[in-house]
Amino acid sequence: MDSTVATGTEEKTWGGGNQPLKASYGKMMMWFFIVSDALTFSGFLAAYGFSRFKFINEWPIADEVFTHVPFLHGQELPMIYVAFMTFILIMSSVTMVLAVDAGHHMNKSKVTIYMFLTIIGGAIFVGSQAWEWATFIQGDYGAVQTKGGNILQFGENVTVDGVEKFKRVSIDDIAIAQPGEREAHERKNGLWFVDEGTLPPYTVNEIYAGLAANENILVRNQLLDEHGHKTILSREESLKQIKENGKLVVKGANLHVNEYGTTLFADFFFFITGFHGFHVLSGVVINIIIFFNVILGTYERRGSYEMVEKVGLYWHFVDLVWVFVFTFFYLV
Amino acid sequence: MAHEHKLEIFRGRLKFKSNTQKIWGVLIFLTIVTAVEVVLGIYKPEFLMSTWIDPIEGNGFFSTVGNVLLSPIVYMKPLNLIFIVLTIVKAYYITWDFMHMRDETGSFRKMVVWTGVFLICYLIFILLQEGGYVFNVYNAEDALIKKDF
Repeated sequence: MDSTVATGTEEKTWGGGNQPLKASYGKMMMWFFIVSDALTFSGFLAAYGFSRFKFINEWPIADEVFTHVPFLHGQELPMIYVAFMTFILIMSSVTMVLAVDAGHHMNKSKVTIYMFLTIIGGAIFVGSQAWEWATFIQGDYGAVQTKGGNILQFGENVTVDGVEKFKRVSIDDIAIAQPGEREAHERKNGLWFVDEGTLPPYTVNEIYAGLAANENILVRNQLLDEHGHKTILSREESLKQIKENGKLVVKGANLHVNEYGTTLFADFFFFITGFHGFHVLSGVVINIIIFFNVILGTYERRGSYEMVEKVGLYWHFVDLVWVFVFTFFYLV
Repeated sequence: MAHEHKLEIFRGRLKFKSNTQKIWGVLIFLTIVTAVEVVLGIYKPEFLMSTWIDPIEGNGFFSTVGNVLLSPIVYMKPLNLIFIVLTIVKAYYITWDFMHMRDETGSFRKMVVWTGVFLICYLIFILLQEGGYVFNVYNAEDALIKKDF
């Protein structure tokens, strides 16, 4: 592996033959790449912090956004699934470090098994991430966006176990169909090859009619009060806000609108978890390549499993980043 | 290739017999920390939800610098401070034991860690300070920003 030109000066301090840091070139370069990638991720997370500080009194509450767990429909279980994802990633980090350890002992079969388990863990994580995205894009209760881009959500005050709380109501349950609404313009009618994006499921008028018909439904805006709850408007104010300021019915989230609050929240969610998910994906691909190299006996012949160690560093780094994403997106 | 690993964590208070045992020990520790975070995040104890100390009054140089230095206590909820500290604890054990930073030479470790920590602290300070400033511009008495029109 080491190919150097013999100059006859390797034994001397500056001859090029010694490693003052006791680490190979490849391993050091992986570490320096990790430093630079860590700075990229910190840049993203700090930018998230910037936007959050900018809208500190109206930022969406993560506990109200990420409440879903697969196969448990309609139950509000904040953080459970993302904690599971964190655990999966830490677990796959453990199998990776066990593979590195087995590599130090030149134990090919153990390296193979642990690499395989690491790949499975990574695949489960990427799949969970995709599910999390799909749920976020599809949305939950829906909302109305105002002219100024603020989000108005619906709900009613109910008493559960003697405690009065604000229970969200879906726009599907309150909208009342109105006659004479417009249809989406498709490319098959009107001008050729001209179409428009999908129309929202309801118009603001339909939502307003539903709100007027249901006496108990109230609107809350995205401003947080001193307890960190969103402000619930009075009945008159609710009707007034929807009538005067309502512009667009929003369900789910994308890069333009976000039913949970500030659109920036959705943008950063897609960007940061997407960039991290891409790292996990490329990590899985690299792990697969190394896995086959292990099976083929490449490192056995080379006499060192250091390649597993270098890929392991990258894989642990991906786990490390997730620990921070978990904190700043879901906890803080 | 060097195989020797340092097998003690918590500054030597816990010593493992083999590297494999240390890995499982660190996993248990990281799992406990994550579980504590999730439990705190779900229940959000009331006494951790508001700051314990108010920021220093005034807009002068020293009160501003003082507030920047004290910002984890005077601006941040104790709960969030706990989350961030626990995250850094987790990051430490992932880097030191899973990525074997504990076994590298001291100068290599400092080269990677100090560079990263310094630049990240700088980035965080600049961006969060600026974000707070923009918030104040948007929400001042004479702000020209209107949310609904």
